[in-house]
Amino acid sequence: MTTAALERPQPSYLAAGDTLRSWLLTTDHKRIAWLYLVTITLFFAIGGAAATLIRLELLTPQGDLVSDETYNKLFTLHGVIMVWFFLIPSVPAVLGNFLVPLMIGARDLAFPRLNLLSWYIFILGGAFTLWAMVSGGVDTGWTFYTPFSTMFSNTHVVLTAVGVFVTGFSSILTGLNFIVTLHTLRAPGMTWMRLPLFLWSLYATSLVMVLATPVLAITLVLIAVERIARVGIFDPALGGDPLLFQHLFWFYSHPAVYIMILPGMGVTSEIVAAFSRRRVFGYGFVAVASLAIALLGFLVWGHHMFVAGESFYANLVFSFLSFMVAIPSAVKVFNWTATLYKGSIALDTPMLYALAFIALFTIGGLTGLYLASLPVDVHVTDTYFVVAHFHTIMVGGMVTAYLGGLHYWWPKMTGRRYPETWGRVAAVTLFLGFALTFFPQFALGYLGMPRRYHVYPPEFQVLNVLSSAGASILAIGYALPLVYLIASLRGGPTAGPNPWGARGLEWTVPSPPPPGNFATIPRVTEEAYAYTDADRE
Amino acid sequence: MPTPMPIASEAGASARVPFADPAQQHEAASAAMWVFLSTEVMLFGGVFAAYLWYRHADPAAFARGSALLDAPLGTVNTAVLLTSSLAMALAVRAAALGRRRPALGWLAGTAVLGLAFLAIKLLSWRHEWTRGLVPALHAGAALAAQPRVELFFVVYFIATGLHALHVLAGVGALAVTGAALARVRDPGRWNPIELTGLYWHFVDIVWVFLFPILYLVR
Repeated sequence: MTTAALERPQPSYLAAGDTLRSWLLTTDHKRIAWLYLVTITLFFAIGGAAATLIRLELLTPQGDLVSDETYNKLFTLHGVIMVWFFLIPSVPAVLGNFLVPLMIGARDLAFPRLNLLSWYIFILGGAFTLWAMVSGGVDTGWTFYTPFSTMFSNTHVVLTAVGVFVTGFSSILTGLNFIVTLHTLRAPGMTWMRLPLFLWSLYATSLVMVLATPVLAITLVLIAVERIARVGIFDPALGGDPLLFQHLFWFYSHPAVYIMILPGMGVTSEIVAAFSRRRVFGYGFVAVASLAIALLGFLVWGHHMFVAGESFYANLVFSFLSFMVAIPSAVKVFNWTATLYKGSIALDTPMLYALAFIALFTIGGLTGLYLASLPVDVHVTDTYFVVAHFHTIMVGGMVTAYLGGLHYWWPKMTGRRYPETWGRVAAVTLFLGFALTFFPQFALGYLGMPRRYHVYPPEFQVLNVLSSAGASILAIGYALPLVYLIASLRGGPTAGPNPWGARGLEWTVPSPPPPGNFATIPRVTEEAYAYTDADRE
Repeated sequence: MPTPMPIASEAGASARVPFADPAQQHEAASAAMWVFLSTEVMLFGGVFAAYLWYRHADPAAFARGSALLDAPLGTVNTAVLLTSSLAMALAVRAAALGRRRPALGWLAGTAVLGLAFLAIKLLSWRHEWTRGLVPALHAGAALAAQPRVELFFVVYFIATGLHALHVLAGVGALAVTGAALARVRDPGRWNPIELTGLYWHFVDIVWVFLFPILYLVR
């Protein structure tokens, strides 16, 4: 790799203009990453506020804090905001936007203006959704199940569907941009098998975004048509079939789960390599495992309908295919742990997050196998076991990885270092808070507490109180980085181009990088993660 | 929107940031169009899935629904759209040879045939309208007692409506492409027309599937 980029000092992308206009009309991928970062942090706060109210309500078995109707709207708001306005854009649109060109030695994504447009589309979709929330909310759950959503709900289903529909285009454009960029703009010598694993995971994610999101779009159109025109599509009273809706919805939404975990896996690969000073063990397998997960992710949607009237044989096949997803997932977990072996491990903040990711992803993945197996799934369908399972993947996995990645690349994005001690405290707090919040929910679900109820039998109270207590610790784990990361923007020590001593093109340019990233396009001559014995001293 | 920031580059003068040369830019643009078309396949895929699902549930009702359509009008429209694709292919070819005027002519021909397709589509919708076959607007009319036949028409209107919107967008794209082609210095090295062509052929292919499943399958 070349260090030629350091030769000629240029003002950084942050110094390239500080007017509001220079931010809102920017086409620099690094600035667009910031637009997304700020926006999704706001959405995270909104979704988090809804979660807070939910956990407060569940402190007692009675429905004493909010009405049934409000409770339904709260978990719907929480789900819709967190899935489409935080998790899906989180790592791809923030870290991916910032890093894809830097990691492959390019000046920008292939379509910089399309990239900016995707953010505006995201804002427009968010505005529709917030409008729906403010004007009375939706009570269907984030899954919009028919015929409730189309024929019976008296809430703002269409407006919310429009918001999600519009936002989908933002995610399609991001995916399209990444795919084309990775195909056409890799620097000389940056072959596919030299790509950082983060980019393999984003490539797989982009394929899912591009191929699954349009199906969600047409499904939402069908909901809107049925609801507005009152013609039968999914309503059995009018000759329709609600199961078709579930097929179409989960054909998107199950792959979307992989949009919400694959990028986290990529982040973890980068961090584990950098903080054990070793090339990721089994690089090729980890890379191909991302594609395998994306592919298999398209073939397992039926496991959401095991009890919904799907045929027995379809259940068998979907169960089998769901078990298959464990193979590439385990390939990744084993290879990360094998990377640690004989590594020179530094337990800095990003590494703590990455280790938490590996632990929690493993738990989330293994409980997924419980749900993939038919007899267990019948027992725990629509219980807190399911809630705990997917939160372990989404929060324990993706949010943890997102924060790990944010800490790891924060010095690159800002040129500043955050306080390492506070970072470690926050990471440990987050892990403990997470465990206390969601582990009791596995027990609750196993014991039979259904999801989406705000009144429950008194014998479930202890576990619910534990969960709510954990949620408040988790909230501290989120609040801490918000405070010290923002504080580091002004007071943090200067980072220098490569504060972690990591490999990768992004660490060869100044922190923060100049607008065009590289003074001259680098020529890549070595594999990714080419750490040597000297690095491990 | 502002132009991307100027950056000292070893690249050729005519390529846009971040591309090194026009060939790379061309490659990226066609890759993007193919990726976009794959999203379109998945979008229409949802409609085809709904069709298959309900046709499988009640093939007889779908056959009855299909028989109520104006098949000759659909056939004429298929011929019109296929011919428009021929004109589009000739436009791309003429542009590649650097012959601006014929290229513009063929583009105009494509657009006219596209508009003709839309006009004939309106006629066929009128055919359904006069027979009381429009689900939401004719509640209680011809379809009331046969929910699965009504379902056929729901799918029919969504599918043909979505397709017509795509044709309309295509005509718009043809107009924009034609206006740009008229101004471009060297039509032979100008590839957006190729991308418009890809899109137009895609919309044509969707109809090639819609026509038999809606009009012909009994």
